[in-house]
Amino acid sequence: MSAAEHATTGPANGTEYINHHLTHYSVGEGFWSFHVDTIVMSVLLGLLTLALFHSAARKATAGVPGKWQAFVEMVVEFIDTTVKEVFHLDRSFLAPLALTIFVWVFLMNAMDLLPLDMAGKIAGVFGIHYWRVVPTADANTTFAMSLTVLAVVLFYSFKAKGAGGYVHELFTAPFGGHPLLWVPNFVLNLVELLSKPVSLAMRLFGNMYAGELVFMLIALLGASVFTWTVGSTVSFFGQLLAGAGWAIFHILIITLQAYIFMVLTVVYAAMATEHH
Amino acid sequence: MENLAFIAQVQGYTAIALGLIIGLGAIGACIGIGIMGSKFLESAARQPELIPTLQGRMFLLAGLIDAAFLIGVALAMFFAFANPLLARFG
Repeated sequence: MSAAEHATTGPANGTEYINHHLTHYSVGEGFWSFHVDTIVMSVLLGLLTLALFHSAARKATAGVPGKWQAFVEMVVEFIDTTVKEVFHLDRSFLAPLALTIFVWVFLMNAMDLLPLDMAGKIAGVFGIHYWRVVPTADANTTFAMSLTVLAVVLFYSFKAKGAGGYVHELFTAPFGGHPLLWVPNFVLNLVELLSKPVSLAMRLFGNMYAGELVFMLIALLGASVFTWTVGSTVSFFGQLLAGAGWAIFHILIITLQAYIFMVLTVVYAAMATEHH
Repeated sequence: MENLAFIAQVQGYTAIALGLIIGLGAIGACIGIGIMGSKFLESAARQPELIPTLQGRMFLLAGLIDAAFLIGVALAMFFAFANPLLARFG
């Protein structure tokens, strides 16, 4: 939100401002470069998820629940019914996984609502020049999560059909068991299998990246406020209005994307357990 | 000076492409959401007891429909601010 003061001291123009905000704080070179900001933020938020739910579980009572316990119970029940509707086998593993995905992705997405320059300023105190605060706006995070989901899908495929059954299905599933059809069957199944993590990751990444960029563009509106002209004042109020509007709309988007990621994980796992 | 003309050309074409990506994506997403919303209202009027179930699915699908468009927007924004096609000109 403080694009204005940024503009007087920091980057020279809008493109530079946005490029600055799109740069990760990374360590290492090429393939082995790590985005430290992404890793730190996602791990912190994961721990926060655990701590929040742990505090509710430890203080849980069978009597009149407190507000926090009631809220956590609501979330858990909501996820559990969602999973129950889609996945009909034993859900003692999948339901907690879905809960983790939902809450964690939601918290990571929610970082988008923090003031744009705040994280950078705080990191600047420690001498770090770049700090991107939304882990899910980094394709590395979303692909890591979706590849884990792929592992879960493969696990359920093997568990439900056995190694032989699953391999048999891979080669004979859509068209039939004729030896000439083995190759097209396998290619088709491979594409189907690999399209899942790609679409899952790209959906979340695209939404968060675009959302973050729109926040940056809105922040640029007020960049020239200290020139004290009529135009700059008007565009500063435009920033306030547009920022508020986009942030409110974004509350819907971050919840929706976390929900979609969670539901699709469950749906993919349910599909994996179905026999052809 | 010669390079400048090339850069301007690349930028011009990129700008047109950005407009097409965002515009066509928006058309598709809006038509999709419109159709889905109208069907939802129709079925809600026909069977009001199904509204809670349908509402959840409608939001899920709205997110799915929006996703392709927003991926397009993200890609377009990427090209707008860090154009890799210009990298060859140094």
